[in-house]
Amino acid sequence: MSGLAGMRCVVPKFAQFVMRPMALTTTCINRKPNILLGARRFTTSVSTRAKETVSIQFVCDDGTKYTTNAKVGDNLLDVVIENDIDLDGFGACEGTLACSTCHLILEQSDYDKLPQEPTDEELDMLDLAYGLTDTSRLGCQIIVSKDMDGLVVRVPDGVADAREP
Amino acid sequence: MFPQRLCMQHLKQVLKHTVRNYSGSGNIPHVCVVGSGPAGFYTAQQLLKGNNKIHVDIYEKLPVPFGLVRYGVAPDHPEVKNVINTFTQTANNERCTFIGNVCVGQDISLSELQKCYTAVILSYGAEDDRKLNIPGEDVQNVVSARNFVGWYNGLPEDKNLDIDLDTDVAVILGVGNVALDVARILLTPIDILAKTDITEYSLERLRKSHIKRVILVGRRGPLQVAFTIKELREMIKLPGCRPVLHTQDYTGLDSIYKDLPRPRKRLTELMYKTAITPTETDYKLWNNATKEWELRFRLSPLEILHDGVKASGVKFGVNRLEGSDMVNQKCVLTDETESVPCGLVLRSIGYRSHQIDSSLPFDVKNGVIDNTRGRVKDMKGIYCSGWVGTGPVGVILGTMTDGFDVGKTVLKDLDTGLLDTISNREDALQLLQRRGVKTVSFKDWNKIDMIETTDGENIGKPREKIADIDKLLNIAHA
Repeated sequence: MSGLAGMRCVVPKFAQFVMRPMALTTTCINRKPNILLGARRFTTSVSTRAKETVSIQFVCDDGTKYTTNAKVGDNLLDVVIENDIDLDGFGACEGTLACSTCHLILEQSDYDKLPQEPTDEELDMLDLAYGLTDTSRLGCQIIVSKDMDGLVVRVPDGVADAREP
Repeated sequence: MFPQRLCMQHLKQVLKHTVRNYSGSGNIPHVCVVGSGPAGFYTAQQLLKGNNKIHVDIYEKLPVPFGLVRYGVAPDHPEVKNVINTFTQTANNERCTFIGNVCVGQDISLSELQKCYTAVILSYGAEDDRKLNIPGEDVQNVVSARNFVGWYNGLPEDKNLDIDLDTDVAVILGVGNVALDVARILLTPIDILAKTDITEYSLERLRKSHIKRVILVGRRGPLQVAFTIKELREMIKLPGCRPVLHTQDYTGLDSIYKDLPRPRKRLTELMYKTAITPTETDYKLWNNATKEWELRFRLSPLEILHDGVKASGVKFGVNRLEGSDMVNQKCVLTDETESVPCGLVLRSIGYRSHQIDSSLPFDVKNGVIDNTRGRVKDMKGIYCSGWVGTGPVGVILGTMTDGFDVGKTVLKDLDTGLLDTISNREDALQLLQRRGVKTVSFKDWNKIDMIETTDGENIGKPREKIADIDKLLNIAHA
C-alpha cells in the first residue's frame, strides 16, 4: 500500500511549497526571456494564449529517454517537475541559482540558438557541476520557447555512477 | 517527569504504528541512518526509492533535523536551504521515521543498532575541529570558525560562545568557503543580516561589533584557494566593503590560468581582474566602503601573540612555493617571519569526524571512517555516507551524490544477499523507551518549526531559531 506513495518523495513538487525564503544575495534569476537578438536564435515571444506546449526530450546517460510536454515560458526545471520525471536530486535549490543539480548538456547548435548567454552567476554554479562541458547550462535558466519543439537535451550522470563497479 | 511521560506516549505510538504495519511480515528490511543532515536524508531518499518495502529510521542527536543545512549554511544563503523541502517529503514518507534527541554511542550503541537493523548507515558528519597546535592557541578570542558558525546559526552547544567583537581587525586562518562565510557575516551591513534567520542574540553582538578589517590568510598562493567562485564574487560585491588584493600575488597569473580547467580558471581570473584590472563599476562600489577584507598568501601561523589573556596578533612564517605543477605547489617554510596585529583570530582550517564507537575502523590522520565506496571496512552491514566517510570537503552536491551512491550500494548488497534481512526496529525503540530517552518525532519538529517561523515573522525574519535544548524539548513534548 505504501509503495507508490513512497515513490513520490523523489520527485519534489517544488511549486507546492510556499515557504520559499527571500533571496538576499546578489544573484538574480532571469525568469523572463530576453526579447531582442538575432535571426538564428530561438524565438522568445511568450504566447499570450499561454498553455502552448512543445515537445522536449530529456536523455539520461544510461539511455533512458523522457519525452515531455513543455509549456512555453516555463524553464526546463519546471518542465521536469511538471512532467513528473524521476531524476534524482534534480533542482535541489529549486531554481534559485544556488546549486548545479539541474545541469543539462545541449547540442552546440541548440546551445548557440538560446537567446541568452549564461550569466556569471549561472557559470559560477556550473563550475561545480560534474561532467561540465562547453555546452552545459542549468535547466532552471533555459526558458522554453515555441521553436524549441523537438529539442533534445542530455542529463549527465553524477560522479557517483561513474564510480559504480 | 512530565515531558518524559508524554514522550513515552510518542514512542508507544511509534511502536503501535509499527506493529500495525509490519506484524507478521518478516521480510521487511529495517535500516537506520545515524545523523539527519544532507548525507542522511539523501541516503534515506535513495533507499526508500529503490526498495518499496524498506523502512528507514533516521536517528538524530539533536531534537531538530537537517544538520548542517540548519546549522552550517550561512543565514544569508536561504536558497541553499530549499533542500529542506525535499528532506521534509522524505521524512513524511510513511516508511521513514525521524527519531530525534537520540545520541548513538551514548543512548544506544552501534552493536545494539546492528542487532535491530539490516544495515546501519553512519552519516553523522564531521563535527570536530582541526587545530593549529601552535603556542597561544588557547588564549581568549582565538575562536574556531566552526564554533562561530554554530553560534550565529543557533547551534545549542555554541550559543554561549566567548567572543569579543570590540576590536578593529580580525584574522581568519584559512581560505575556504567557511572562512569566506565567516568574513561575510562579520562584514555584511547589519540591516541585511537582520532580515535573515541569523539568531537574534548574535545579531545584537554583531550590531555592536567594531570590526572594520578582516584578513584571510592562506599557507599557499591564489592558485590553491579552496573557496568557490560564487562565494568570492559575493565578497567582491559586498555592500560597503572593499577587497584588498595585493597586485604582486597575481602578477603573471594571467598567463597561467588560461590553460587551467574551467572552474580554477574562472576563479583565478576573477581574483586577477579584481586585483589588477578592476572596472569602473567595481571602483564605484568600493569607493564609499567603510570596511575591507584582505587576502594574504604564503603565510603559516607560528604563534598566537597575546597580552597574557587575549589574542593581540598572529606571528606567521613566510612560505616559499615549490614545484613545477603550479596548481599543486607545496609550501616550504623560510626563516622570514611577519607579525599581523589583530584582536580576534578565527581558525578555519577544516573539520574532522570522530569515532562514535571503538569498534569502528577509523583513519585518524584524515579524521574519517575507513571505508570503500561507503562500505565500512570489515564491518558487515555498516555503511557510511557523506563527510564522515569522504572528509569535510565540497558543496551539498557532493554530499547528495555520495548519499545516493551509498544508498544504491546498500540496496545492491541487499539484493545480492550480502545482508541478512533484520526487522527488529521495535527492539531499538523499546530499548530507548526503557532507558527513558525523550525522543522527538517529525511531528514534534513541525511544532518547533511553526513556533520558530512565527517568532521570526514577528521581527521580520524568516525564522528565529531556538538555541536552547530544554526549550526545544519542551515544545516538542508539550
